[in-house]
Amino acid sequence: MSQPFYVSPEQVMKDRADYARKGIARGRSLVALEYEDGIVLVAENPSRTLFKVSEIYDRIAFAGVGKYNEFQMLKIAGVRLADMKGYSYSREDVTANSLANAYAQTLGQVFTHEMKPYEVEILVASVGVEDGDPNELFHILYDGTVFDEQGYTVLGGQSDAIVDLLKRDYTPGLTLSAAIRLGARVLSPPDAPPLPSGQLEVAALQRSRQRRAFHRIKGTELEALLAGDPAEPDPAQPGPAA
Amino acid sequence: MDDTALPLFGSGFDPGPSFVDVLRRTAPHALPGAGLTGPATPPFDVTHGTTVVAIRFDGGVVMAGDRRATAGYTIANRRMEKVMPADEYSGVSIAGAAGPAVEMVKLFQVQLEHYEKVEGEQLSLEGKANQLGLLVRGNLPAAMQGFAVVPLFAGFDLRRHRGRVFSYDVTGGKYEEIEYQANGSGGVHARNWIKAGWTPSITREATVDLAIRALFAAADEDVATGGPDLVRRIFPTIAIINEDGYIALTDEEVARRAEALLEGPERGGATS
Repeated sequence: MSQPFYVSPEQVMKDRADYARKGIARGRSLVALEYEDGIVLVAENPSRTLFKVSEIYDRIAFAGVGKYNEFQMLKIAGVRLADMKGYSYSREDVTANSLANAYAQTLGQVFTHEMKPYEVEILVASVGVEDGDPNELFHILYDGTVFDEQGYTVLGGQSDAIVDLLKRDYTPGLTLSAAIRLGARVLSPPDAPPLPSGQLEVAALQRSRQRRAFHRIKGTELEALLAGDPAEPDPAQPGPAA
Repeated sequence: MDDTALPLFGSGFDPGPSFVDVLRRTAPHALPGAGLTGPATPPFDVTHGTTVVAIRFDGGVVMAGDRRATAGYTIANRRMEKVMPADEYSGVSIAGAAGPAVEMVKLFQVQLEHYEKVEGEQLSLEGKANQLGLLVRGNLPAAMQGFAVVPLFAGFDLRRHRGRVFSYDVTGGKYEEIEYQANGSGGVHARNWIKAGWTPSITREATVDLAIRALFAAADEDVATGGPDLVRRIFPTIAIINEDGYIALTDEEVARRAEALLEGPERGGATS
């Protein structure tokens, strides 16, 4: 009888993590930025119908990068959990925090116990109702690791380079137009012009909206926001070298 | 139901975009009507909502309802809202057993929004009307025990560009109304009043006035329908649904219109 080779748990986990990371790195990136009226999510996505960013609940949005069928499945599960909770308790009892925990549990379980980990990185974003309520950005990795981010966060393969750009150029309190233009610029390859509207998927959680804060920005609205207000400084131009 | 874990389903068990099916698989006790088993007729008075109307006009629909809920000969509630938005472009109003009706509307609202979030687009107006029919049919066992719910559903059809009205019977049968419909204990009186004033070219403003008058007529003849309450300042709930979506009139607006209107023929001609 042949003995199976011994493989250390460290090696198993490393192999799985490498596998998941490679899958995620093949896809395009996505940025989430806090702006003056909430959170805007900007993704490089040439498709008009296969979305990376979706509405989960009144004040909560979901974004995913990596393998489409996997993050789509996670999105639907999130909508189901949120609607179940809101229906049996109350709408205000549905929180991004508990949703992020549920995602982390599932991703962690799959990472350690299943043959194949999910090749996804996801984001649960939420905006508050009252003026003082903070925005929340929960960035969750393929193995269930959760980061509670502030200001901005980047999902996807080339995130390190994009984070460096945002560290240099992001400022709190951006207008919607400025935030979208910043997103379009940092997502584009170095030394290339910012991504045009046809290559972008943009959605925002807007605090000033009544109940459902989620709003997809597309078509002429997106083009107008990308063109921006000539009076205000253009964040699409790189700032002074840091 | 486990409140903290993601609900995941194996292939073959996936509920698709239907929230009702998610509930059925994970929390059947939370479905409306669950646990309603007992004698054929309840040994107590069930709270009932009374008169609601939906009237088409050129460009949309007006929905309106009185504010009274009764249990037997007692007024159970003076400020009940019987006209509610179903989603951005449709509304639902309820007559019948108030408890199951409110629960049905709540489930219907979640069902429509759930579909939209899972599928990425809204159901057609016809699709929404059929979904409500399924919920009414699901309530049939409860209806047999005295908890009947008969909603009116109205909305603006974005594909056909007009307002549409649907009524239901207790078995979930769905009937499209081409002009108007009124339900509930005062429905007959309201309908007669609307019949006398409705024309195919009626304007939006005239339709709102007609709805206020029809509810007044119903309250005049039917004990279970509440009329305008000038002491407590309680007036009917009125919503307009057109291409701009569901718009509920404010209390002040309805009060102003009701007071101006009811100075007229409702005084029995004494002032004219």
